[in-house]
Amino acid sequence: MFMEQLSNGIALGSIYALTAIGFTMVYGIIRLINFAHGDLYMIGAFLTYTGLTLFNMPIVPSFLFGMVGAAAFGIAIAKFAYSPVFKAPRINLFLSAIGIAIFLENFAMLIWGPETQSFPSVINNKVYSFIGIRISSLQLIILGSTIVLVGILTYVVQYTKLGRAMRCVSQDMDVSKLMGINTDRIVYLTFALGSGLGAAAGTLVGMYYKAVYPMMGFVPGLKAFIAAVIGGIGSIPGAMLGGLIMGISESLGAAYISSGYRDAIAFIILIIILLLKPEGLLGKGIKEKI
Amino acid sequence: MSKIIKVLLNLALYSGILYIGIIILSKVFDIGTKRFLVFDEKKKKVASIGFLIFTGLIPVFLSKNTYALRTSILVLIYIVLALSLNFVLGFAGQLSMGHAAFYAVGAYTTAILTVNYNVPFWISLIFSALVAAIFGLLLGIPTLRLKGDYLAITTIGFGEILRLILINWTSFTRGPAGIPGIPSPTIFGYTINTNTGYFYILYILALITIFISHRLLNSRLGRGLIAIKDDEVAAEAMGINPTFLKILAFVLGAAIAGIVGGIFASFIHYVNPDNFTYMESVVILTMVVLGGVGSIPGVIVGATVLAILPEALRGISTYRYAIYGILLAMMMIVRPQGIISMASLKGGGGNENSRSQSSN
Repeated sequence: MFMEQLSNGIALGSIYALTAIGFTMVYGIIRLINFAHGDLYMIGAFLTYTGLTLFNMPIVPSFLFGMVGAAAFGIAIAKFAYSPVFKAPRINLFLSAIGIAIFLENFAMLIWGPETQSFPSVINNKVYSFIGIRISSLQLIILGSTIVLVGILTYVVQYTKLGRAMRCVSQDMDVSKLMGINTDRIVYLTFALGSGLGAAAGTLVGMYYKAVYPMMGFVPGLKAFIAAVIGGIGSIPGAMLGGLIMGISESLGAAYISSGYRDAIAFIILIIILLLKPEGLLGKGIKEKI
Repeated sequence: MSKIIKVLLNLALYSGILYIGIIILSKVFDIGTKRFLVFDEKKKKVASIGFLIFTGLIPVFLSKNTYALRTSILVLIYIVLALSLNFVLGFAGQLSMGHAAFYAVGAYTTAILTVNYNVPFWISLIFSALVAAIFGLLLGIPTLRLKGDYLAITTIGFGEILRLILINWTSFTRGPAGIPGIPSPTIFGYTINTNTGYFYILYILALITIFISHRLLNSRLGRGLIAIKDDEVAAEAMGINPTFLKILAFVLGAAIAGIVGGIFASFIHYVNPDNFTYMESVVILTMVVLGGVGSIPGVIVGATVLAILPEALRGISTYRYAIYGILLAMMMIVRPQGIISMASLKGGGGNENSRSQSSN
């Protein structure tokens, strides 16, 4: 029982981690709680679903189609809804993001219909058990794709010119501009990467629970923020750690405490972290300058 | 495929109409505010009293049309809610996204007291205000440490946890089934169970809230709050106690939201956790920002527009919330300061240039 919940928690946690990484990247660059992130996750899942059912593509191209499509959506949102508000007060950017989130949810309802669509089962789900641990092949695929995607992302951020530019912009946008970095391009690329990762997470959730629906992104979007805050906002390994902590504590909490309060567990962890260590587990505290 | 094209074409059409609507509305209110500001005191008074009488007579005009009257009651509920959030967001500058939680606390307090314990409505309304104020205090305390985005997400969390408690604590709140049969209020032996009666209760509550907002804004406490919003550190250096004032703003906003929650529970005779979701908090927040953060007439206009909009869009109901989302994003881009901004009320015209010109 405990081991089963643990492997369930790790699978769930790696999905949260993927969502949280996309979220934390966007936050790192433009300091925006991207409320639409959860909905890009939903759009990604729906695009993959469309690829599978309408275009009859195999799973891997559909998966990529979902990621690229969501990345395109991410760029469009950054261009039309966020960049005109960058200079306005923070709350305007915030509300613009909420507006886009509401729009995307209802846009998906208009196109794919409000009801839950069943995600075709593309993988023959076998359950392996060794030394008392039972783990399904879907859980292994989720874990595996998360590791691969995070690996690629870490390489891009740490070892490429693009990644260096991204880290620069997140430290100081104005100075990066002076150093000759095309900051607009970096912002759009970050949105594209973040949305693509979100879409991957959405698709994996769709595969795991075999269902996609327009409101599926709302709660994960909030939880991604919480995971990012737990790990220290703006830090990619932090988001990974935060996601795993949340996934595990949620599935253990749902099993041993109460399943009705499942969604509350995340918020309780958040409040504890904010009261004890507001900069997050792996974050760096910044002193306010006067 | 043709379906997607049709949806996109419709959305483009509606966005165009919205864009033109926002531009026209902004111009109308800009000109209106300017005209109003050059009035002398006497004319201002006459205009305000005329407006009060006109709005007070709405039930008379609409007595035949129950639907319109119920909509105007909802408008009043949202005006009070938006004004109560304005204490926290507009005056103290704290981004609270869990305001529906206080509304829920007020509604459930009245519901449980009147249904389970047969407490008279008006006494339970006082308890609604008190309990909501206590919750406001509970939420106000973490704000001493948190700012901006963190505060926003903590308040979302507070609202969600409260909603989950309402759903799961079935022995006390009856869970998702909700509490039916909340009685109507009585005054001097008369039972108020008509829409007109509720309209006037809420109308008086709205006037009281506007009065409190207005007096607070021009008092020592209100100026202290505005100073905190502008720069907390500087305000503290000037001898203002930010902790006390921020908590005061939270408690006041929560108490008023609690009262309107109690009246809402009695108005629809039924409460259910679904009435108090996160979306509800977002709607209230949007009203404040759309109208103009901190500006009392702005918040009233914002609440009125956004409470009527979903009803007005019933004809194209499938597109309703998509349009709502577009409106929100577009408004933030086209008119970030809100319909009637605080700056325009002070005669600054709403932008930096005209303000510096007028001071010269």
